[in-house]
Amino acid sequence: MLTALDKKLLQEIADLHGEPPGAFNIRKDGQGIERRSLEGIEINPKQDQPGIDVQVASGKEGTVHIPVILTETDLSDLVYNTIDIGEGSDITLVAGCGIHNPGSGNAQHDGIHEIRVRRGARLVYTEKHFGEGDQGGKRVLNPKTVLFIEEGAYAELELVQIRGVDQTSRVTEAEVEAGGRLVMYERLLTDGEQTADSDILVKLMGEESAARIISRSVAQGSSSQKFYPRLLAYGPGRGHVECDSIIMDRATVRSVPEIWAENADAELVHEAAIGKIAGEQLIKLMALGLTEEEAEEAIISGFLK
Amino acid sequence: MLSLQNINLELEVEERRVPILNDVNLEFEAGKMYALTGPNGSGKSSVARVAMGIYRQTAGQVVYNGEDVSDLGISERARKGIGYAFQHPPRFKGMPVKDMLEMAFKYSDGYNCQVLRDIGLCPDDYLERTLDNSLSGGEIKRIEIATLLAQNPKVRIFDEPEAGIDLWSFEQLIDVIGSSHREDTTTVVISHQEKILNMVDEIILIRDGTVSMRGSREEIWPQIKESAECACRNSCRLEGEIYADCPR
Repeated sequence: MLTALDKKLLQEIADLHGEPPGAFNIRKDGQGIERRSLEGIEINPKQDQPGIDVQVASGKEGTVHIPVILTETDLSDLVYNTIDIGEGSDITLVAGCGIHNPGSGNAQHDGIHEIRVRRGARLVYTEKHFGEGDQGGKRVLNPKTVLFIEEGAYAELELVQIRGVDQTSRVTEAEVEAGGRLVMYERLLTDGEQTADSDILVKLMGEESAARIISRSVAQGSSSQKFYPRLLAYGPGRGHVECDSIIMDRATVRSVPEIWAENADAELVHEAAIGKIAGEQLIKLMALGLTEEEAEEAIISGFLK
Repeated sequence: MLSLQNINLELEVEERRVPILNDVNLEFEAGKMYALTGPNGSGKSSVARVAMGIYRQTAGQVVYNGEDVSDLGISERARKGIGYAFQHPPRFKGMPVKDMLEMAFKYSDGYNCQVLRDIGLCPDDYLERTLDNSLSGGEIKRIEIATLLAQNPKVRIFDEPEAGIDLWSFEQLIDVIGSSHREDTTTVVISHQEKILNMVDEIILIRDGTVSMRGSREEIWPQIKESAECACRNSCRLEGEIYADCPR
C-alpha cells in the first residue's frame, strides 16, 4: 500500500499518479513492495542479491517503471538490476530514485544497472533523482549504469538531478556495437554544499557506431561538480561530447572531456564551456518586465530543459 | 510621454570614466514616430539604454508620463510601458522561442503565432526552435523584433532593427513597425537607413554624445548622407541608377 509520501516521491521522479501503467517494480526502503509483469515483459527478484531482472522478449513495445523510494533515515540501500531488451523491441524504461530523509542520519541508494539493448531494439531510459528532508540527514545517490548497445540498436538516456541530493557519484559506461547509437542527456543542478561527480565512458566498438553526450549543469551556492566524459572509438565511429555549465555564487565546476580514437576513420568532437549567466541575458528578460530573480530562474530552467 | 532631461552619462571603460552622453534633452510625444540617427559611436544606443534603465545616468532625469522614473530599475520601467529591442540580442541556450514570446506577452495580450508571422517567420517552424547558435543573426534579430511587438509597450525603442536582416524582410520590417504604431504609442527607431528616416515624424541627430540637430528628413539627411551611405555604393550603380535593391 502506497502512502501519500510514497505517491509524492513517485510523482517527483517518474511523473506517476498512483500505480504505473505497464510493467513495474516499486522498491521502498530496501524492499520490493509492488510488482507487475506483463506478457513478454517479465520482472523477477534476483535470488542471490538484492535487485531485479527485467526480461523483455523480442519485438515487444511498452513501458516499464522501476522506481526506488527511500523514506527512512540511517538507511543504505544497494541494488543490482539487470535489464535485457529483446531484439527489435521498443521500450521506455523509467527508473529514478526519490529520497525523503526524515532524520539526521544518511539515506543512501546505490543502484547498479546493467542494460543490454539487443539488435535493432530501441530503449528510452529516464532516471530522475529527487531528495528532500529538513532534519539535516544527507541524501546520497550513487548510480552506476552499464549499457551494451548491440548492432543497429538505439538507446537514449536522460539523467536528471535538480537540487535536493547532497552527494552523488554517477558512473555511466556504454559499449556501442556497429550501427548502434547512443544519445545521452545529463542535467544537473546543485546548490548549498552539494557535490556531484559524473564519470562517463562510452566505447564505440564498430563501424557506423555513434554517440552523443550532452551534459548541462548549473552549480549554485558553494556546491561543486566534476565531469569526466570520455569517448573512445576503436573503429570508424562518430561521437560528440558537449559539456556546458553555468557557474554561480561560490560554486566550483571541473569539466574534463576526453576523446580518444584508435582508428583513422573515427570522428570525435568535444566541446566544454563553463561560464556565468551573461549580463545581457538578464537585462533582456528584465526589459520584458521580469525581476532579476525571475530572469535568472527563466534562464536556468531553459538551460536545463 | 517620455522625456530625457539634462542627461549626462559616464561609463567605466577599462577602469576609466568615459563621458558618453552630454546634456541630452529629448521629448518624445505619444502618437509620433522618431528616428535617432548619427555616426557610429555617437551615443544613440546609450540614449535608448538610459531610457530603459539599463544605464544609469550620471546626471539628469528620465520622466515617463509625468513621473520621474530615474530611480526605477529595468523591470519596473518595462512594466510601466517602456520597451527596447536590442541591437545585438543575446542568445539563450535551451530556451525555445515560444517561452521568450510568452514572457513578452506576460504584461500584454496577444498570441505567439501572429507576431512571428508579422516578421516573416513561419510560427510552426520557429516556436519550438531554441534561441541559441542554431539560429542565424537575421533570425535572432527578427525574433527580437517580434518580442517587442509581443510586449506591445507604450514606448517602443527599436535599436537598428534592420541590422543583419535581408532585403525582402527589410521592407516587411518597415511595414510592421509602421502598421503597429498607434495613436497612444511612441515609436523610436535607431537607424541611419534612408527608408526608415522617410517614415518618421521627426529625426534626431546625435553626434558626440549630444543632440546636434532635430528636424525633418529634408533637413537632416544631407548632414548624415555621407556616413549613412554605403562605401561601395558606386559599385551598385548603373548609368547613375542603383540597380541592386539597396535598402540604404
